Amino acid sequence: MDMNTIEAVVPTTDPAEWRDGDAWLAGGTVLFSYGSFAFGRLVSDGGPLRRLLDLGQAGWTPVTLSDAGIELAATCTVAELYALPESASVAGRSWPGLDLFRPCCDSFVASFKVWNMSTVGGNICTSLPAGPMISLCAGLDATATILGPGGSSRTVPVADFVTGDATNCLAPGELLRSIFVPAAALSAKVAFRRLSLSNLGRSGVLLTGRLDPDGGLVLTVTAATKRPVQLRFAAAGLPDAQQLAAAVERSIPAELYHDDIHGLPAWRRDMTFRLAEKIRAELLGEGIRVSGDFWNASGTPHATSAQPSAAPAPAPTKEAPNGH
Amino acid sequence: MAIEINGTPAMEAPRPGQCLRTFLREQGNFGVKKGCDGGDCGACTVHVDGTPVHSCIYPAVRAEGHSVTTIEGLPASAGCAEGELHPVQEQFLENQGFQCGFCTAGMMMTAATFDEEQKANLPRSLKGNLCRCTGYRSIADAVCGTAEHAGSGAGRLGDNVPAPAGHAVVTGTARYTLDVPPDQLPGLLHLKLLRSPHAHARIVSIDTAPALRVPGVVAVFTHEDAPAQLFSTAQHELYTDDPDDTRVLDDVVRFIGQRVAAVVADSVAAAEAGARAVEVEYELLDAVFTPADALQPGAPAVHGDKDGEASRISRPLENVVAEVHSELGDVAAGFAAADVIHEKTYRTQRVQHVAMETHASIAWLDDEGRLVVRSSSQVPFLVKRTLARVFDLSEDRVRVVAGRVGGGFGSKQEVLTEDLVALAALKLRRPVQLEFTRTEQFTATTTRHPFTIKLKAGANREGLLTALQLDVVTNTGAYGNHAPGVMFHGCGESLAVYNCANKKVDARAVYTNTVPAGAFRGYGLSQMIFAIESAIDELAEGIGMDPLDFRLKNMVRPGDDMLSTQPEPEEDVHYGSYGLEQCIRLVRDALDRGGERYRSAGLDDLGPEWVTGTGSALSMIDTVPPRGHYAHTRLRLLPDGTYDAAVGTAEFGNGTTTVHSQLAATALGTEAPKVAVRQSDTDLVEHDTGAFGSAGTVVAGQATLLAAQELARRIRTVAAALSGVPEADCVLDGGSVVCGERRVPLSEVYGAAHRAGVELSAEGRWGGTPRSVAFNVQGFRVAVNTGTGELRILQSVQAADAGVVVNPRQCRGQIEGGIAQALGVALYEEVKVDDAGRVTTDILRQYHIPSFADVPRSEVYFASTNDELGPLGAKSMSESPFNPVAPALANAIRNATGVRFAELPIARDKIYLGLKEKAREEVGV
Repeated sequence: MDMNTIEAVVPTTDPAEWRDGDAWLAGGTVLFSYGSFAFGRLVSDGGPLRRLLDLGQAGWTPVTLSDAGIELAATCTVAELYALPESASVAGRSWPGLDLFRPCCDSFVASFKVWNMSTVGGNICTSLPAGPMISLCAGLDATATILGPGGSSRTVPVADFVTGDATNCLAPGELLRSIFVPAAALSAKVAFRRLSLSNLGRSGVLLTGRLDPDGGLVLTVTAATKRPVQLRFAAAGLPDAQQLAAAVERSIPAELYHDDIHGLPAWRRDMTFRLAEKIRAELLGEGIRVSGDFWNASGTPHATSAQPSAAPAPAPTKEAPNGH
Repeated sequence: MAIEINGTPAMEAPRPGQCLRTFLREQGNFGVKKGCDGGDCGACTVHVDGTPVHSCIYPAVRAEGHSVTTIEGLPASAGCAEGELHPVQEQFLENQGFQCGFCTAGMMMTAATFDEEQKANLPRSLKGNLCRCTGYRSIADAVCGTAEHAGSGAGRLGDNVPAPAGHAVVTGTARYTLDVPPDQLPGLLHLKLLRSPHAHARIVSIDTAPALRVPGVVAVFTHEDAPAQLFSTAQHELYTDDPDDTRVLDDVVRFIGQRVAAVVADSVAAAEAGARAVEVEYELLDAVFTPADALQPGAPAVHGDKDGEASRISRPLENVVAEVHSELGDVAAGFAAADVIHEKTYRTQRVQHVAMETHASIAWLDDEGRLVVRSSSQVPFLVKRTLARVFDLSEDRVRVVAGRVGGGFGSKQEVLTEDLVALAALKLRRPVQLEFTRTEQFTATTTRHPFTIKLKAGANREGLLTALQLDVVTNTGAYGNHAPGVMFHGCGESLAVYNCANKKVDARAVYTNTVPAGAFRGYGLSQMIFAIESAIDELAEGIGMDPLDFRLKNMVRPGDDMLSTQPEPEEDVHYGSYGLEQCIRLVRDALDRGGERYRSAGLDDLGPEWVTGTGSALSMIDTVPPRGHYAHTRLRLLPDGTYDAAVGTAEFGNGTTTVHSQLAATALGTEAPKVAVRQSDTDLVEHDTGAFGSAGTVVAGQATLLAAQELARRIRTVAAALSGVPEADCVLDGGSVVCGERRVPLSEVYGAAHRAGVELSAEGRWGGTPRSVAFNVQGFRVAVNTGTGELRILQSVQAADAGVVVNPRQCRGQIEGGIAQALGVALYEEVKVDDAGRVTTDILRQYHIPSFADVPRSEVYFASTNDELGPLGAKSMSESPFNPVAPALANAIRNATGVRFAELPIARDKIYLGLKEKAREEVGV
């Protein structure tokens, strides 16, 4: 929609230029979907947004590969991310963790058209429980590099970046510059599970799992909870079903389960236990590979039936720039 | 760097915060539609450098230096010659992959980019394109080019005539409400509303001065500028059907989102800024949010200031708008005679119509100073009456027109924007436009009435119903628009379809300080049928009888009185035809075949944790609303031998335009394309009650048929005189009249009449009575995952008794669309209102309507009947396919899981938790 209160679009990547009433413009698909009062701004907060600080001309390389891992610019589009696992640039890399990229992209309710504009950074900065890029990056232990005014910079794990439903650790004016996905996590065997109240709808529960080269197991819960929750088990202490359930119980207090139209907390809780166990079983040697409602049991993406009657799935979340 | 649009650089540059959608529309590309303005629906899809994007969330400045293609430029972008259609447009036309057409341009712009892999996975590829009308089946066929074949036959009764507007729809040139070039409305102003942040408050003062200081603001209107006349936003033939409880702008606000002030400015941006600047002092009043609370003694009275008699409110001090209390027979005796009694409270939720075109209107004064309103309305003639009444104008000083309307479903049987633009245009004498946002649709228009139905029903072991008792409370929200009608209609055919000597109803429609409820597809029936058809299933289960056998044993048959709350049947409702038994047989047979298909394919076992079941439900509906529904048609022969029909009804995808042309063509012995239909302009015909209650075919169509039959007689008279052949031997045949051995072209007949000073024209009128009954039966086969609550629809079947089906493809489309909309309502749609009375589900991401992936392909069957009362044997079939869907699904889930879900929506989380609860009960914990 028109953001009628915007007086200027300023091309810049310098946090020093930020002032109250500004928003970083990445793909724009979140900002323009909520309009001038995006991110809960009220008249009492100083009124609607006045300027957009445009990252469109930042010229940041969307994807940078090295032996250490993958650096994603905050402005890397979802479409670019979706293309990555099949691109020549990763051919020859032994990174099974790439198997999470496409299921996570497909967890957007937003279609491939929106992916052409939406950015990885925008989705993370919007910080919704069901943000699929949060699921992906938190699940792979990615870190976020954040720029502040005066050339300052800090890094935080993406799992800690998001602090609650639509809240994050960014201070006003701070800018998410990039996400680094470490090779260690990309080298892990991964699993993916997701449920939604409607077919291909917004994620109500999304879990990823990793069996790391060192034999450790990492489970990351998103969508079901207001912020990402990670469960880590060392190779020496891999859990059985009962131990896993106890760990989930311990790690996620009842009030941390998200409550909105996309799933009742009681369902989200039980499904978290269920999917956690499915992932544990899969990674520790039983069951099937990556699956979801858009991936059939054999792991082949993109079922071809014209209109499947039903299957669960997540909701769209456009990506966006940092709010405030 | 200019933005290139369809090969031509734009002359203007976009504003800083402008989205590409509005920029493209300002540049004249009206094919780019606003469905949601939030990136969810895809109606605004365009290509930027060949890549499809949602233009409503695309910063317009980002398009600078790039090339944009809209639907207007799609053929050229693919190298098609001038005037040619792009292949995808051809396919949508061929398959009639649209109804209202508002989503169609975006659908085609998306589909035009598909490769074979994307076509093979439409649930994923089309998840960014929402359609509320079709149920997606025809869209799938269009995208994949699997033509079932376009128009067939001569375009008469029973042919699949394509919609006359098809070419305009697929080229993006069909003109909806706001698709008016600026040069036709010089000096156009924009209106935005300041809305109440409080659920109940008195306005102590409004300071408009700060708003008037905002550059571009022209005027601010408040309750002090509004007429004192109370009215209802609901539109009916008789305005006395609804309570007069509403003012254009009131000094008391009764729900969060109610209009407080209307700001008119040169631009939308200035009007928005003005609305933010208005300063209002409120005195907060106690509010009440649920009907149960509203009925408590001493509850705040939402309309306690009204005179009940003058405003036609049953008990204003007790929040009761309307009520009915009736008992036929003796239910106590009926329950005493029952072997099984089912008692349960059923609840239906608030749902939104989500017509893809939001409410919008433009008002101006014509050269004679007459008020003209162009609106997205199902009822232009009633809007005219209401505006005349509210603004104290004579009816001939008001003209209301509708362009093509982007979906209705009952939401546009209201005056929600027209009064405001009329007020502003009358005061300012300039054109004024108001367009609602999608959020305004959710928070401040209308919803379906939530019903709470305490039901008690009894049956004996012989399989007969012995008693039906219903205590019904409907939540009409802050205003009583449609409250009486929905309550009465809800308690009508839903009960009348069953023979039962003992029926008791206590129903009340209740005010609360929440967003108003209004007319919604089914008009009360869908809510009541959910409860009653669920109960019928439980009773059958209770006595160990097949539910369809139980229905067959108890449902009415010709000769039976159709009784609900009155001891005598409605005088003007008859069994003009009866196909209910056929419908039940069709559904039962289809479900049996479906079961066999799954078995023989080895697909009947979905694995551990999956349980399966089947369920059905029936519904009956009167073919016309009660108390008069009028239509008028003028039909004339043109010099070239074609016909011009002027009708009243609006076209919003219901397909009545096609039906008019087919009925006329049948009576005139010609083809549908030879009958051009003009419509929805109060200057065209005397009156038309409007397109609601599924009246398009049986009322308006009847008027057109009568006009056509009369005109055919007149043409034969002239032809007889011209040829010297007796009138009885003159037969209309296409473009000529066959007079004995001789064939006289119609142009010659026209000429002869013209020379004699005779205009070959005729008029038809119909008053909507007597009425018949139509039937729908829905069946489902479902699978439920007991571990997650996931529901899969394995088979969906609907059989309909629509009498003689005028246009089978179109009628099938109505049924498919009704099933899809009802599935959304049954499975996940819900307008949530929080404890403070605020709507929290105010965008499409929070209010999921069925997408392509959610809707199964349904089998649709028609009963073979011929109605004595409908035009050429036809009956209505627009809203009714919606009605049996939710209970059929609930019954199938019950059959699969053993759990009765008595509240809608039956979402996966609730299914899972319901099964968990049952398991816990069985263990006895």
